[in-house]
Amino acid sequence: MTEVATKAKRVTLGGLNAYYGDSHAVKGVDLEFAPNQVTAIIGPSGCGKSTLVRCVNRMHEELPGARATGSVRLDELDVYGPSIDVVSVRRTIGMVFQRPNPFPTMSIFDNVAAGLRLTGTRGVKLRERVERSLIGAGLWEEVKDRLDAPGISLSGGQQQRLCIARTLAVEPEVILMDEPASALDPIATLRIEELVEELKQRYTIVIVTHNMQQAARVADKTAFMLSGELVEIDSTERIFTTPSDSRTEEYVTGKFG
Amino acid sequence: MEAGTSVATGSRPTIGRLPAVRRQDVVFENGLRLVAGLILALIAFFFVRLYVEASPAFQRFGLFGFVTTNDWDVSRELFGALPLLVGTLITSAIALLIGVPVAVAAALFASELCPRRFRGPLTIVLELLAAVPSVVYGLWGVFVLIPNLQGFERWFASAFSFIPFVGGGAVRGPNYFIAGLILAIMILPIVSAISREVIATVPQDHKEAALALGATRWEMIRTAVLPYSRAGISGAAMLGLGRAIGETIAVTLVIGNAPTIGKHLFDQGYTLAAVIANEFGEAANDPIHRAALIAAGLVLFVLTLIVNAGARYMVRRAARGVRAPSGGRAAAPGAAAA
Repeated sequence: MTEVATKAKRVTLGGLNAYYGDSHAVKGVDLEFAPNQVTAIIGPSGCGKSTLVRCVNRMHEELPGARATGSVRLDELDVYGPSIDVVSVRRTIGMVFQRPNPFPTMSIFDNVAAGLRLTGTRGVKLRERVERSLIGAGLWEEVKDRLDAPGISLSGGQQQRLCIARTLAVEPEVILMDEPASALDPIATLRIEELVEELKQRYTIVIVTHNMQQAARVADKTAFMLSGELVEIDSTERIFTTPSDSRTEEYVTGKFG
Repeated sequence: MEAGTSVATGSRPTIGRLPAVRRQDVVFENGLRLVAGLILALIAFFFVRLYVEASPAFQRFGLFGFVTTNDWDVSRELFGALPLLVGTLITSAIALLIGVPVAVAAALFASELCPRRFRGPLTIVLELLAAVPSVVYGLWGVFVLIPNLQGFERWFASAFSFIPFVGGGAVRGPNYFIAGLILAIMILPIVSAISREVIATVPQDHKEAALALGATRWEMIRTAVLPYSRAGISGAAMLGLGRAIGETIAVTLVIGNAPTIGKHLFDQGYTLAAVIANEFGEAANDPIHRAALIAAGLVLFVLTLIVNAGARYMVRRAARGVRAPSGGRAAAPGAAAA
């Protein structure tokens, strides 16, 4: 990678609330995701961590009855601002999902090209970007001879890296990962974690995980959430050794969750 | 109760039920088998009976000759079903061409774009179309469509006369186009209902993947929804085609009932089903005419069988063709709340 630390942007959440109908899933969270760092969000199931990241790229509002209030700022720009186009927010803030979800009818190449084609990229430029994205996702060497094979013919770990390549292709500034390795085996998980390390050279990365070891391995900072509230955020080392809140300590030492 | 396999304290032990209870099962199973078998037997009977009744016509004109001869003239006792077959295929094709895009659009709108609270009413209204008796469609065609569409048809025929089969002749009142249009409306409910079912099976994962790449609603439909449901929608169209091919009374009222191959889209014609409905009464005392009509029925029967088999094949391929080998289950809507 030649470019270093230029594109990443800082994400700041201010008083963020998210609802599913009447249920209040995220309660007034203030949080900052620093550029070129990996921020992990940990917490027990149902604590609102996935909902929180889905608010960042405004995917939350796609679910029926879901809404969010508060602000999410990308550097200075409020992505919930009145003149903001949702589509452009999602191009700038990419997302990788829990379950690998390549488009089942598309080839490996077309999967990566899918987002680019939406913006009208064609021809040689398209091929270059696809190749660069696959290299970026550490998948190029494995698939370069069979780009026409269906995306779903790959293994689960490869599929997830294909989805990462697909996200990289549209050149985001922030990448949200919602438990990206929870459906994968340990080896594939390790590959994803290595990839996260590389990607932070260039992007702001937020990773939701229920696996505390994973957070300890990849994250610079770790945030702990409980019942929709942010309990604390600190350097990963402090969270796992000397957290300031007793609930965090109980969680990371396995007393609940 | 100590062990898991122990028997309860009641008078009848659970493992050793009375023979009479098990007999119920045998009776039930064989009863169902009988009913299912009867359906197959009935179809086989239809087929054989139609063939036997139609055989005088096949003997006179030949099996192949009957469907390829372009001459249906009752007074000269000449029965070649080609004009009828062509009429059936043309009107059905028009029905698909007009009906399927509208039906799929309605299905997409109802399942992806429509605000939740209008979804139910919209679906009910669409399905209500299926409840209108076909003779009412026919009458509506006669009294509303035919007089009101004349102007449009004339304009279309002259503006697009360079397309083969469109221009080049006087626009008749009843014609292929009107029949096809009526059929298009009649197949709307089934095609859109099945399309909606198919579209509902598109996993939320794929739709979110497209949206997260910065796709608009339409782009999401194009990249995630349509490719996934293409085969299923084709199957829905084939089922609609099956319905269009067999429709009788509405077509009879608006196609003109001229046993010739129309020269253009707005010319009169005839269909297999319409000819049977119209001529059966007068054919009672004319064995060869009667046999010819039954033969037309047999052709219709075989045509619908082929179309339905094709539809089943496509829907089945849709069901298993695009399923991911690993982790292909659809995400539950609540999965995001983790």
